[in-house]
Amino acid sequence: MRKVLMGNHALSYGVKLSRAEVIAAYPITPQTEVVELLSEMCASGELKAKFIKVESEHSAMAALIGASFTGARTFTATSSQGLALMHEMLHWAAGARTPIVMGNINRAFGPPWSIWTDQNDSLSQRDTGWMQVYAQNNQEVLDSVIQAYKVAETVELPAMIVLAAFVLSHTSEPVEIPDQEKVDEFLPPYKRKYKIDPEEPHAFGGLTTPDNYFEFRYKIQKAMEKALNEWEKVGEEFGEIFGRRYGLVETYKAEDAKNLIVSSGTIASTARRAVDILREKGEKVGLIRVRVFRPFPGEKISEILSSANKAVVIDRNISFGASGIFYQEIKAAIYNKIKKPKIFGVITGLGGRDVTSKDIVEIYKEVMKMEEPSSEIIWQGVNL
Amino acid sequence: MKLSIPEEEIIGLGNFGCQGCGAVLAMRYALKALGRNTIITLPACCWSVIDGPFPHSLVNVSLFHTAFETAAPAASGIRAGLEVKGKKANVVAWAGDGATYDIGFGAISGVAERNEDIIYVCYDNEAYMNTGNQRSSATPFKAVTTTTPINSPKENHKKDIVSIMADHQIPYLATASIAYPEDLIEKFKKAKDIKGMRFMLIFCPCPTGWKYSPSLTIKLARLAVQTRIFPLLEVEFGKKWALTKDILRPKPVEEYLKLQGRFKHLKEEDIKEIQHLVDENWERLLEKIKR
Repeated sequence: MRKVLMGNHALSYGVKLSRAEVIAAYPITPQTEVVELLSEMCASGELKAKFIKVESEHSAMAALIGASFTGARTFTATSSQGLALMHEMLHWAAGARTPIVMGNINRAFGPPWSIWTDQNDSLSQRDTGWMQVYAQNNQEVLDSVIQAYKVAETVELPAMIVLAAFVLSHTSEPVEIPDQEKVDEFLPPYKRKYKIDPEEPHAFGGLTTPDNYFEFRYKIQKAMEKALNEWEKVGEEFGEIFGRRYGLVETYKAEDAKNLIVSSGTIASTARRAVDILREKGEKVGLIRVRVFRPFPGEKISEILSSANKAVVIDRNISFGASGIFYQEIKAAIYNKIKKPKIFGVITGLGGRDVTSKDIVEIYKEVMKMEEPSSEIIWQGVNL
Repeated sequence: MKLSIPEEEIIGLGNFGCQGCGAVLAMRYALKALGRNTIITLPACCWSVIDGPFPHSLVNVSLFHTAFETAAPAASGIRAGLEVKGKKANVVAWAGDGATYDIGFGAISGVAERNEDIIYVCYDNEAYMNTGNQRSSATPFKAVTTTTPINSPKENHKKDIVSIMADHQIPYLATASIAYPEDLIEKFKKAKDIKGMRFMLIFCPCPTGWKYSPSLTIKLARLAVQTRIFPLLEVEFGKKWALTKDILRPKPVEEYLKLQGRFKHLKEEDIKEIQHLVDENWERLLEKIKR
């Protein structure tokens, strides 16, 4: 069935199709529609889930960690300040190895107040042990929720589906809604190995001395490494059943490209049009869209970049005092490689500033004029 | 011989509590009433140490360690999970006064407002004892802690958590003391059979924080009741207030205060002021009971 859905509702449908059993959420703009539609679905019985209408995002995550420990499939959604408030519990969720799936609508942090998009909220959670997927359209939002449960439950780590505020969250697009039967086949019910069960008491998460703690952390890293393969595998399997293939990264006209644009989310989507414009002008340019940011597909990206002369990474985020975050990660990934391009880091579109294909063409042209990066940050579109 | 409290011991032998720890007894009695079909969420508090280090656990029921301010919401999540899985158990959030009166308070209020089906227990030792005795909003007036030192004892009154929680109109609320185990067990048995949010406040003296000999724990817990400092009561739906132990001839507060190092600095007028406060609070309580 095809339906015209806003990104937020695409999330809700993904959750419904995944048969989430416990949802806990607090409203925050621009996430609200996700929660509203799920409330309706739960109230009507269309989705048989317990919906805990908590008093904060911090409590939402705490409740889901508890629910997930009983073996229930769980979901929440948030944005920006709400995600920041959850931060402590994000660490807890990963440490407790709970495969919670969350939608995060990328919204800029205050002050000054902004409800528009950039990636600093989700990227601030980079080191919490959450997997992160950056969607480029509403179809991918819905499809990624289903895939996220499958990967999360296999590797026992939580996953975040990230979508740009308004650009996706409030923009309606035709979305193919998969058949429930097919989804059930693809995503079997969640079976938790170590769980809270009154018949079999255990203590979870107690004080752990230096003799044991280290190994818990080692295992999280190993699970992340395993997840790299899982995202590829699950994305392929999804493609076989539903006809839409997904992977860790997506490339566009990259095979013969001399120079590559690298980005994520909706900017990467816009960059596809920029590649077409530049190709028409004879530029041998291609695109890498980083879909999965955690676990980071550094090897994969390095391999694609190995034959390029120049790569320009476009970041809709900034790590203050350093540079763009995708830029840092990609630079780190290629550092030890023998064949690698010159890499340029551009920051643009913070706080929801529009980034058009024309902007990306200009960014590309600017970078092509440079022998070396003029600095760690090449700013695009700052009006002082 | 007929025992007045259940014989079965659910918590194990040997624990990481300090000598004379009131909180250990509180859990021991509570579990005697609740039984083995119980799941506990535990935030940062003395009990996260008392239970012993990984992979050990003292309690012999499921114990879920959670972050400082999240015992209540984590418990409500567990309740929701059990419901969808078709399982039944007592779901208990077990927290100290710091987690309850202070950092976790917003979340507890949320859980109470939604009338989630959990038992919330605060074992009150009147300070942040697990980090070495810093003042909490449960710390009494004029008490010395490491953050309210001798030349600047606590200037504020203890937060009236009982009234605040009662005003949430939850089905059941009770206070209990480790010096009155039969009363404590009776209340937990009653709470166990009620659906919705139940709030239990257990008075638990702390020898290390309050600076007294570990042999005096029960005596101090009893004196707190006998002086009317800590009334034993029940509240149903925020309306029906009742004392479960009336104190007709209260002992002077001085008897309670003088046994503790944290009140050693008190002058005569301070004791008078505390006595006055306790009398006033008792009057306020009687007003609520009469209503």
